[in-house]
Amino acid sequence: MTTFDTNLTTEMLKAEADRLFTRKRLLNFGLPLLVFAYLTYVFFAFGVLDLYGKANWKNGKTLVADSYSYKTHVTRDNRNAAVTVAIEGERKGAYPEGMSPEWVELGETTVIDLEDGHIVTFGPKTITYEVPGYGVIKATPTRRQGVQAELPTEVVPEWINLSKNRLAITTDAGRLTVTRNRSEVFRYFTGWELFWFTLESPYHGKSPTELMGLAFDGEAGAIWQDFWTNKMWRHQDVAWAIFETILMAFLGTLGAGMVALPLAFLAARNFSPLRSITFATRRLFDFVRGVDALIWTVVLSRAFGPGPLTGALAILVTDTGTFGKIFSEALENVDEKQIEGVQSTGASAAQRYRFGVIPQITPILLSQLLYFLESNTRSATVIGAITGGGIGLLLTQAIITQKDWEEVAYYIVLIILMVMFMDWFSGWLRRRLIGHAEKKARKRKVVSKAKAFVLP
Amino acid sequence: MTDLTAGSQSVAQIRDNYTALTQRKRVYGGILLILFVSLMVAGFRTADARNAGSFVDGWHRVLDYPNEVLSEAWEKVAELPAHLVTFFPALIETLNIAAASTLIGTVAGTFLSLLATRGMAPWPVMIPLFRRISDICRAIPEIVIALVLIFILGGGPVPAMIAIAIHTAGALGKLFSEVNENASLKPVEGLESVGATWGQKMYLGVIPQVGPNYVSYALLRFEINIRASAILGFVGAGGIGYELRNAMSWGQGRYDEAAAIFILLFLTIVIVDQLSGILRDRLTHGTEKGATA
Repeated sequence: MTTFDTNLTTEMLKAEADRLFTRKRLLNFGLPLLVFAYLTYVFFAFGVLDLYGKANWKNGKTLVADSYSYKTHVTRDNRNAAVTVAIEGERKGAYPEGMSPEWVELGETTVIDLEDGHIVTFGPKTITYEVPGYGVIKATPTRRQGVQAELPTEVVPEWINLSKNRLAITTDAGRLTVTRNRSEVFRYFTGWELFWFTLESPYHGKSPTELMGLAFDGEAGAIWQDFWTNKMWRHQDVAWAIFETILMAFLGTLGAGMVALPLAFLAARNFSPLRSITFATRRLFDFVRGVDALIWTVVLSRAFGPGPLTGALAILVTDTGTFGKIFSEALENVDEKQIEGVQSTGASAAQRYRFGVIPQITPILLSQLLYFLESNTRSATVIGAITGGGIGLLLTQAIITQKDWEEVAYYIVLIILMVMFMDWFSGWLRRRLIGHAEKKARKRKVVSKAKAFVLP
Repeated sequence: MTDLTAGSQSVAQIRDNYTALTQRKRVYGGILLILFVSLMVAGFRTADARNAGSFVDGWHRVLDYPNEVLSEAWEKVAELPAHLVTFFPALIETLNIAAASTLIGTVAGTFLSLLATRGMAPWPVMIPLFRRISDICRAIPEIVIALVLIFILGGGPVPAMIAIAIHTAGALGKLFSEVNENASLKPVEGLESVGATWGQKMYLGVIPQVGPNYVSYALLRFEINIRASAILGFVGAGGIGYELRNAMSWGQGRYDEAAAIFILLFLTIVIVDQLSGILRDRLTHGTEKGATA
């Protein structure tokens, strides 16, 4: 204000301006500097430098490679010469006895074609691997002397790992490991194998058009059954898990809204009968919110065990506090005139609330509930991972096995789609239910701002 | 006379119409209510059936665990201050994770929002792309990225920080672009006319307008991120959540430590909520005054 005083000299004004500039400069440089200093502190406090050494890049590589590709194991038991072919080496993905993919030729000598001229043979005694441009590697596993390997060159190249009991060859085409007890070839393929049907299903390997034809011939039920009960990808369980997660969010959010609404009347200054009740209810909301979903989850899972109910109740309890706070603030902002208007027609207390108060807070109530429905879908995933339930549980289980990264990738995609769907759905519902109110609120900027500040 | 009778007839008609209308509305409302209640009941029954323990068997045991913890903590109340001191560094770590991820997320979210707002984006064609990016960042729950990163980087605060920062960037990117849409483009045009670069236009033309709102959203996010970083600690990302899990999985005998951690976490959340509430209040009031003046 002083800058506009008329009895100021030019020098004084200049000094004032200089002072303002200095302050601005300090703020402009000081603030980023402060942030930078803090981040530097965090950088050292978190030991980011050590992390580089500690990080397991091999894990990362497997993770990325495994999430979009799969490998087929061809395994020979060196003790009884039995050869099995299995996708990812799992029993669920094993080819039935005597059956094999076309690149594996079973027989006395099993020939495995790894393409580009890479050929592995499992002979009765000796395993050979023909590497183009290098030669034939021979390995003979024996009970007594371990693995005896013959290489075409004197020097062992770095892609061959050779020791007394083990030979491992890694090329672009695949991987061969020979130990005393077994010989194993991995061949890598892109994609998620057996996503639709497992090997035992008659529909495995059929093209979509063929399947359509079969479906029209009356096999639709059987096709669906085989897909739905796929043992590798467990589509049925995954669908249930997604449903459970959404159920947790739905029950938690709406339940919290139903519990919070009556309590909010007690916490609103203009509706509460006693100031002490207002105070007590508000502290209750603060307490419930402060304890945090994590601790509620822990406490509730002790009583109810893992599952969707525990998750739903944890969300319900935490959000009761948040909703109570938001609703009571909304109630304090209601327009008294509308209530008076209803009262002037001789309405009873219940009617005053029903026609004077509720219509005023419905838009805020609904839009908050719908905002939280979306954010709680995410919370439900997290809570599911902690207490066990829904897609969060499947995800943690898949991560713990440390090899089913294609499943992890699948679940992550599903979670993202689920949350985006809930986001879209709640937005759509909000527009349908309170489209007009929202538009009006946007015109009155203050209202829209006040609403935005209670976002999850 | 004829007019009068016609009028009274029409009044009766209007009344009939009105009653019919209200009745229909009431029926619809009733159907909706029944539908909603039955959905809730069916939902709870399904959840109850798929839960390990049922609600009926468990509800009276809800307070058993807190009782156990509190009674043991009460017996060893003398050790509580020592525990509070012991776990204070873990609390600081949790706070650091939240603060650092909020800072990084705010910066990233600012760029995302500026790149995704019409009139401010340097490449208008790319607006949908940046919108989708921030949507996807927002949709990923922190725990997903954290668990994957823990597998690669090992346990510790950094995976949690990255995970929360990514989610924060997406969430703030959306909120910030809503704020940007309300900002006036005139300063930007003015700066453009004097040949300012994109960075200068944004820094001098947009940020001063939206700054207070940005800061208050970032503060709100900080509150949320404290909770998130405590939860991520619980799955192995360091900080107070990790200590809590250790104390809890030990079971009886270390409940006093669990109680100390509960207290620390509770107090932190309440204090930060209150402080940031006051700050945000001041920030919004400040802008309102500025807008009216």
